[in-house]
Amino acid sequence: MLTRKTSLRKKIGIGCMKALMWLSAGLTCALVLFLIAYILIKGLPHISWQLLSTQPSYLNGTIGILPDIMNTIYVVLCTLVIALPIGVGAAVYLTEYASNKKLVSMIEYAAETLSGIPSIIYGFAGMMIFCVFFKMKTSLLVGSLTLVIMNLPTIMRTTQESLKTVPQSYREGAFGLGAGKWRVIRTVVLPDCIDGIITGCILSVGRIVGETAALLYTAGFAHVLYPNIIRGLRNAGATLTVALYNYAKDEGEFEVAFAIAAILLLLTLAINLAATLVGKVFKKRRNQ
Amino acid sequence: MKQHHKQAVERVVHGIFLILGLVTVACVLLITVFLVLSGLPAIRKIGLIPFLFGDKWAPTSQNPQYGILPFILTSIYGTAGAILLGVPVGFLTAVYLAKAAPATIRKIMEPAISLLAGIPSVVYGLVGMLVLIPAVRDIFHVPDGASLLAAILVLAVMILPSIIKVSMTALDAVPKEYEDASLALGATPIETCFRVSVPAAKSGIAAAVVLGVGRAIGEAMAVVMVSGNVANMPSLFQSVRFLTTAVSSEMSYAAAGLQKEALFSIALVLFLFIMLINAALNFFLKRSKEE
Repeated sequence: MLTRKTSLRKKIGIGCMKALMWLSAGLTCALVLFLIAYILIKGLPHISWQLLSTQPSYLNGTIGILPDIMNTIYVVLCTLVIALPIGVGAAVYLTEYASNKKLVSMIEYAAETLSGIPSIIYGFAGMMIFCVFFKMKTSLLVGSLTLVIMNLPTIMRTTQESLKTVPQSYREGAFGLGAGKWRVIRTVVLPDCIDGIITGCILSVGRIVGETAALLYTAGFAHVLYPNIIRGLRNAGATLTVALYNYAKDEGEFEVAFAIAAILLLLTLAINLAATLVGKVFKKRRNQ
Repeated sequence: MKQHHKQAVERVVHGIFLILGLVTVACVLLITVFLVLSGLPAIRKIGLIPFLFGDKWAPTSQNPQYGILPFILTSIYGTAGAILLGVPVGFLTAVYLAKAAPATIRKIMEPAISLLAGIPSVVYGLVGMLVLIPAVRDIFHVPDGASLLAAILVLAVMILPSIIKVSMTALDAVPKEYEDASLALGATPIETCFRVSVPAAKSGIAAAVVLGVGRAIGEAMAVVMVSGNVANMPSLFQSVRFLTTAVSSEMSYAAAGLQKEALFSIALVLFLFIMLINAALNFFLKRSKEE
């Protein structure tokens, strides 16, 4: 009698847990579908060639996001150009050179700390360090420098993980042939961990494209089209996300905001796909 | 002679890599020093206790008051609410995907969750502005839907992917023998899940929760778009201001002087919160690795 009772209770408990699990997974799924559908339905109809290819004009009363697109590209390029050598170099130091355990754990702890700092703090610190202390003016360059600090841990981590998978025998073989350490790193180790570096780049691009809070007070708001990257970096400018915030919050231009949101969503999708693809391609090559 | 030259090159290269490695440490130090140096003056002028526990923020009034208790409490309540809603859903979804779901469902859901993690926070804010704010207003019959509740809902959605991902990693790492042993002893698959796998992954799941706390307390853009941004004491249906949004919203127009310095101090308080959470996160991650 007793066993039967408990087993019934057990059955109900199991049923409940199962139902809750289903419900949660279903909710998550529904949320993703809703977000994608809502953003695309509200945004796609407002994406037009005119929106993509012009700058805002007070004379015609039209809004164009070309300056914001170009600014985003400038910031992505500038950030990667600075962050890549530092991040990859740091990863190389940690896996190839460092022998002092304390130093390694200090650097790794610093990287972890950086990746835990929220973007608003980066924005504030970037403003204080570059604009107030170094007296630089609010510009895409200052925004990029802020994002460099923010993205260092990502590039470091992916490169480091990839460096760890380079077989020790490659290095030993190269050393055995008489190559120096730097030569081995340059010709054997780095080419073999290119997948980690590329993944780090893609993840960083995703983060840069999606970043707003760190850029608000470092890169500014301007929607002006700069003819080249040098001019762009020296002046203030809004990236796509900052433009979205500006149009939605300050100007109430929700159609433009949703068009930008749809573009950002598609970009996120493309970036995620690219990251998985790179992982798959290199995994295949490795296993061959 | 050539050998000598080679050695010199090696030494220089070693030095360069060492410097690159130390850049991160320098960045952390730089950020910390700048936040502390710029945050301390206002606290010294206002006094630590009136600053942290003063319940009125009115920097521009005749008799200016700089109490940030409303912001601190709003951040804590908002984060707690987001955790309360987001953790159960995220945790159960993770258990389902890691232990119960068919391979095809997992294959579809994983990129979907990555997408959720990759959507920029301003996009969440935008959807919140146009969906959640009217919904809160109509369902609860309040004059303005921009409220703590709307912020909690947005934050709950935003921390979901981190919680699911980190919990799944922890659950995937549970040795299969544990589960097999439990099944062999006659436990059902669901029992095995919750009595064996989940307890074995508890440090990882704790790390997931702490990560969610960090994300929620540090989020600024989405929150500023849906919370109304008025310095009230937190209440579910009232417009509120978080620590993050307090820093960002007045920065553009605050006059130089005590008001601006007080904003720097708020950033410092937020930074200290985050450092505490990071320390907790590292603790749980380390324990999870050891297990």
